[in-house]
Amino acid sequence: MLVIDSLFKTFFPGSVNERRALVDVSLTLEEGDFVTVIGSNGAGKSTLLNAVSGRYTADAGTISIDNRTVNRLKEHRRARYIGRVFQDPMAGTAPNLTIEQNLALAERRGLSRGLGPSLGAKRRERFRTELRALELGLEDRLSAKVGLLSGGQRQALSLLMAGFTKPRILLLDEHTAALDPQRAALVAHLTETIVAQGRLTTLMVTHNMEQALALGNRLVMMHEGRIVFEASADEKKKLTVPLLLDEFAKIKGATFDDRALLN
Amino acid sequence: MIGALELGIIYGVMALGVYLTFRVLNFPDLTVDGSFTTGAAVAAAMITNGQNPVIATLAGGGAGLIAGAVTGVLHTKGRIDGLLAGILTMIALWSVNLRIMGTAKEGSTVAANLPLLRADTVYTPLRDAGLLRTWAGVAVLFVAVMALKLIVDWFLSTKLGLAIQATGDNGPMIRSFGVSTDGTTILTLAVSNGFVAACGALVAQYQGFADISMGIGLILVGLASVILGQAVLGQRFIWVSTFAVVFGAVLYRLIIFYAMRVGLDPNDMKLVTAALVVLALLLPRWGFLKRIPSLRGRGGKVPPRDAPPADGPAPSVDEPVGATAATTPGEGK
Repeated sequence: MLVIDSLFKTFFPGSVNERRALVDVSLTLEEGDFVTVIGSNGAGKSTLLNAVSGRYTADAGTISIDNRTVNRLKEHRRARYIGRVFQDPMAGTAPNLTIEQNLALAERRGLSRGLGPSLGAKRRERFRTELRALELGLEDRLSAKVGLLSGGQRQALSLLMAGFTKPRILLLDEHTAALDPQRAALVAHLTETIVAQGRLTTLMVTHNMEQALALGNRLVMMHEGRIVFEASADEKKKLTVPLLLDEFAKIKGATFDDRALLN
Repeated sequence: MIGALELGIIYGVMALGVYLTFRVLNFPDLTVDGSFTTGAAVAAAMITNGQNPVIATLAGGGAGLIAGAVTGVLHTKGRIDGLLAGILTMIALWSVNLRIMGTAKEGSTVAANLPLLRADTVYTPLRDAGLLRTWAGVAVLFVAVMALKLIVDWFLSTKLGLAIQATGDNGPMIRSFGVSTDGTTILTLAVSNGFVAACGALVAQYQGFADISMGIGLILVGLASVILGQAVLGQRFIWVSTFAVVFGAVLYRLIIFYAMRVGLDPNDMKLVTAALVVLALLLPRWGFLKRIPSLRGRGGKVPPRDAPPADGPAPSVDEPVGATAATTPGEGK
């Protein structure tokens, strides 16, 4: 499915600001896996997602989807296989276009876009059905501009759009972090539904440990650009927030010790 | 007065082109100053060399297509700032335009102007029928430009057109849905400059000559048309916007016409144009045009994201652990 093999990425190499964002990161997602990624700020979580989506090019290592190496594919070519939801609710939708126009754009993921009509009665009917599942009343506002929606509504729409064409991989980049707790819970719930319905292979970055435990079947923890802890499906079921915090403290201590030794 | 109307409608073609880049793509394209003259030069040279005026006009538009594509490639593949990319093409076109006009001048390789006075132009049938500079002539031109407007409306409603609209609205988003924004940007710049150059060809034939300096300051005329028209008629829907920019082009010509009437010199028109654009930009901000809501429409402006609380409170951070801070340093686009 998705195979990430010894990926490296360094920002501003050779300068005082040099930051090693990904250090020998390897991760394999089987079909239908839903992996949550946690870690502190600067751990390299978002860089990992950006490297997979093609927004950043990795310095070394390979990324393959369905046994096809996609390293050399540009972002918009990889988009055929990869759906994304960003942290910023503004990022995943076009604000000056209407809800139906945004959905029509999402519907053509990876397909050619010619001179045929972008909308029609049949499409609108499908959009209405899909929107009804969000239970936000958006199905009655097809011709409203997306910029008029609240952050939670926009993020729910982004999620629907990202999963619309059942991409091979779904990348979620802290997509509930900018929402209030109530909306975050709603979007988290929608995430579960959409992933389950589409049986999407998903990689989700989150700051929220509870969310990381509640969602998905596997969990990895990143620290300073490395994957430092992995929980398989069985292990993850037994994990709790205190256990995770313990694990995190251990790792932090360990890296600190390493440094102390080196110095 | 009728002459100003006719010229305004012809300039509507240019306004449609500027609308495509300035409003739809959100790209201030200065190429138009050069490509307008390129269209005029190509058409004038071909007509002088005995070519059919319709073909000459289309060829003029085709030359603009290429000019726009050059700016697009410089900007997307060369990663040159949009304004600079437009200026580079515009300046380069100055030399190209002199050469193009030179091909129709005997004993010279460059020419700064080409007269078309006795040549057959696209307007000859109208003139022969005695329609030019009458209300009937205005009507014919209006219908032709409206047909072009409908083509633009249709184009923007297609799958490709929608991808172009999204490119101007949220580039990273539409890339994540598999659209090459480089491709849509180049295409739109090409089409836009094609319109502008075709307009240059039409204007040259209307006024009876092509001149190397006829495109100077044209971007401001385009912006004045787009901004004026949309300030008055709004931009709620595409079809309103495209009509508004043609209307703006006519309005602009009428304002220039009356400015000359009250005694201003043609040399003052650049200043008048600049002042018009500034006014059209500032008046709505000061709430002047908002007082006539029936005319203004609601525009395409989007309120800040936490403004309409249709769905509960404004977004906030759900995790106190510095969740808003960026996790990675930007690598730039």
